[in-house]
Amino acid sequence: MATVATLILLMPLLGFLTLLLLGHYLSEKQVGVIGTGVVAASFIFAIISFVLLLHDSSREVTVNLFAWISVGTLHVPAALLVDPLSITMCLFVTGISALIHLYSTGYMHGEKDFRKFFIYLNLFVFSMLLLVLANNLVLTFVGWEGVGLCSYWLVSYYFDRDSAASAGKKAFIYNRVGDVGMLVAMFLLFSRLHTLTYLTIFERAGTLTPVIATLVVLTLLLAATGKSAQIPLFNWLPDAMEGPTPVSALIHAATMVTAGVYLLVRMSPVLALSHSGRMTIAVIGGVTAFVAATIATSQKDIKKVLAFSTISQIGYMVLAVGVGAYGAAIFLMISHAFFKALLFLGSGSVIHSLNGEQDMRKMGGLQKYLPLTFPTFLVGWLAISGIPPFAGFWSKGDVLTNVFEHNKALWALGVLTAILTAYYMTRLFILTFRGTERFREDTAGHDPHESPWVMTTPLVVLAALTVVGGILDLPWVHHDSLAGFLAPTFGYVAAGGHADTLAQYGLALVDVAAAVFGLLAAYSIWRNITESSRYESSFLEHVWHWDDFYDATIGRPLTEAAQFSDDVIEPQVIDGAVTGLAVSVRRSAEGLRKVQSGFVRHYALATVLGLAVVIVYLVARVG
Amino acid sequence: MNVPAAWYLILAAVLFGIGAFGLLTRRSALIMFMCIELMLNAVNLTFVTFSRTLNDISGQAIVFFVMVVAAAEVTVGLGIVVAIFRRRSSTSVDELSEMKG
Repeated sequence: MATVATLILLMPLLGFLTLLLLGHYLSEKQVGVIGTGVVAASFIFAIISFVLLLHDSSREVTVNLFAWISVGTLHVPAALLVDPLSITMCLFVTGISALIHLYSTGYMHGEKDFRKFFIYLNLFVFSMLLLVLANNLVLTFVGWEGVGLCSYWLVSYYFDRDSAASAGKKAFIYNRVGDVGMLVAMFLLFSRLHTLTYLTIFERAGTLTPVIATLVVLTLLLAATGKSAQIPLFNWLPDAMEGPTPVSALIHAATMVTAGVYLLVRMSPVLALSHSGRMTIAVIGGVTAFVAATIATSQKDIKKVLAFSTISQIGYMVLAVGVGAYGAAIFLMISHAFFKALLFLGSGSVIHSLNGEQDMRKMGGLQKYLPLTFPTFLVGWLAISGIPPFAGFWSKGDVLTNVFEHNKALWALGVLTAILTAYYMTRLFILTFRGTERFREDTAGHDPHESPWVMTTPLVVLAALTVVGGILDLPWVHHDSLAGFLAPTFGYVAAGGHADTLAQYGLALVDVAAAVFGLLAAYSIWRNITESSRYESSFLEHVWHWDDFYDATIGRPLTEAAQFSDDVIEPQVIDGAVTGLAVSVRRSAEGLRKVQSGFVRHYALATVLGLAVVIVYLVARVG
Repeated sequence: MNVPAAWYLILAAVLFGIGAFGLLTRRSALIMFMCIELMLNAVNLTFVTFSRTLNDISGQAIVFFVMVVAAAEVTVGLGIVVAIFRRRSSTSVDELSEMKG
C-alpha cells in the first residue's frame, strides 16, 4: 500500500524530471508518450491503491516518507494520508489528467514549446496529487502553491501575447490573496492545537473555542475562494482562458479549482464546529453560482461561457459543503470533472477546427463537420443542463436535495441557477453547432475538419463517463455508493439525504422542469439570432463590472499612492533626508571652521583658558 | 635664614604668569620660546620646593627630566624657527596662519 500510494505521487514527478533533464534529446512524439504515460501509470497505481483500500478495514492509511520539518514543538512529516476522500480525488484527478494529456499531444502538435508544455503539465498534476495526498496542512500548502505556480506558467504559456502575460499574473495574484487565508488558518490551528496533521487536528478540534473555530473556517473559506474562483476572488478564472484549451480543461476539471473545495471537505470536522462559518460558506457558494450563471448568459467567447459555468458549478459544490453535504459536493466535483473536461476538450476541438476562432458569433452549423465532437458535446451539454439520466442530473439533484433540507432560500437560488445553466449552455450549443454557417472567413472557405484520434478518443471516453457517471451515487443506493464509501472520512456526517422518497421525487421533478424550462427558453430565443442586445446586457457581459470595481477601489488608489510616493515621498522625504544631512554637516562645518584662526596665540589662549577652567573646577571640588 | 616655602611658590606663580602673559602677547617666535622656558622653569621651581618641603627626592628627579625635554624641545624649536626665518626673513607667528580654517 505504502509503495503504491507513493508511486501515484512519484510518477508525474518522474515524468517532470525526465522531460526537464532529458527532454532536449527527445522527439515531440516521445515527449508526448512519456508525459501522458506517467500520468496514466499514476492512474493505474491509484486504482490499485483504491482496491487495496477497499480491503483495509480501517479505511485510513498513513504513509510516512521522511521527517521534513522538526523545530521546537512543530513537527511536520512528509507523509501521505490515503483514505476514501484522497483516493477518490486521486482517481479522478489522474484519470481526467491522463485523458487531457493524451488530448494535448494532438492539440499542441507543432507548437514550438511542446516539451515545456508537458513539463508544466506533469508538474501541475504532481502538485495537485501532493495537495490531495498530503497528511498535513503544510504539505498540502506546498501542493497548493505548486498548483498556483503551474497555473501561472500555463495560463501565460503564450507569454509573448500581452493579454496572456497579464492573465497569468492576475491568476497568480488572486491566488496569493487566498493563500493568506490558508496561512492564517494554519497559524491559528497551530497556535491552539499545536499540530498541523489532519488526523490529530480532527482529534483535538473539540478544544477550539467557537470564535477561533469560526475564524479558522472563514480563513479556510478565503483560501478556497482564491483557488476555487468564488466571490470575491473569482475574476481570475475567466482570464485564465488565455492559456491553451487543454490547460483550461485541466484547471477547470481535474486540478486547481477543485482544490479549494477539497480543502473545505478535508477540514470538515473543523467546519462542523462553526455554524455561522458554514452558513457563510453556503451563502458564498449559492451567490457565486447564481452570479456566475447570469454572467455566462451574455459572454460571446465560447471558452468564457464555459469558464463562468465552471465558477457557477463550483459554487454549487461550495454550497453543498456549506450545508454539510460533503458527499454531494465530491459527487458533483467528479461528475463535473467528467462533463466539464468533455466540454472544454470539445470546445478545444471546435476551436482547433476553426483555426483558433473562439467567438461564437463566427461559428454555427458545425454539426455535420465534426461527427465525433458534436455527439460528445451534446452529451456534455445535456449533462451540465441537468437532463436525466446524465451524471449532471444526479449530482446536481443530490446537492439541491441536501440544500433543500437546510435552507429553502438557497435552494430557490440553486434552482434559479439551474434554469440559467440550462439556458446558457443551450445558447452556446445552438450558436456553435446549429444555425447558419458563419465561419467561412476563418477557414478560408474550406470545410472545418474533425480533430485527430488522440483528441477525439478522450472526448468519447469522457462522454461515456458522463453518461454513466450517475451510477456512482444513485439516490436509492446507500452503501455501495460514493457517499457510502466516503462516509468514514466525514465521521458522523450522515451520507445521503434524509428527505423522504416522495419529496426526493418532487425535487427531482423540479430540477428536470428547471432544466427543460431553461433549455426551451434558450431554444426559442437563440434559434434564429446570433446576438441580441436585449438578452446579452453589457452589465452581464462585463462581469457585473466586478473588475472595474476592484480597479476603482484597490487598483487606482494604490496606483495613485505609488504615484504620490514617486512625486512627493521619494524626492522630498527620502532625498530630503539624505541631502538635508549633507547640508547640515556642511553648515555646521562652516560655523566651526572660524575656530581654526591659524593664530598660535588663539590656540595658546584656548589652552590657558582650558587650564584655568580645570583648575577652578578642581579647587571648587576640594574647597 | 629660612625662606618659607610659600615664597618660592609665589615666585613660581609670578614667573609662570609672566611666561603665560608673554606667550599670549608677543609675536616673535623667539620671545615666545623664552616665555615657554620661563613657564617650564616656574614649574621646576615648584617641584623643587615641594621636594624639599616633603623631604622627597622624586620631585627633583622629575625636574631633571623636564630640563632634558626642554633642551630637546628648544633644539627642535629653534631649528624650525631658523628654517622659517630663512624663508620669510621674519619670525612673527602671526604671518604663519596658513592653517586657518
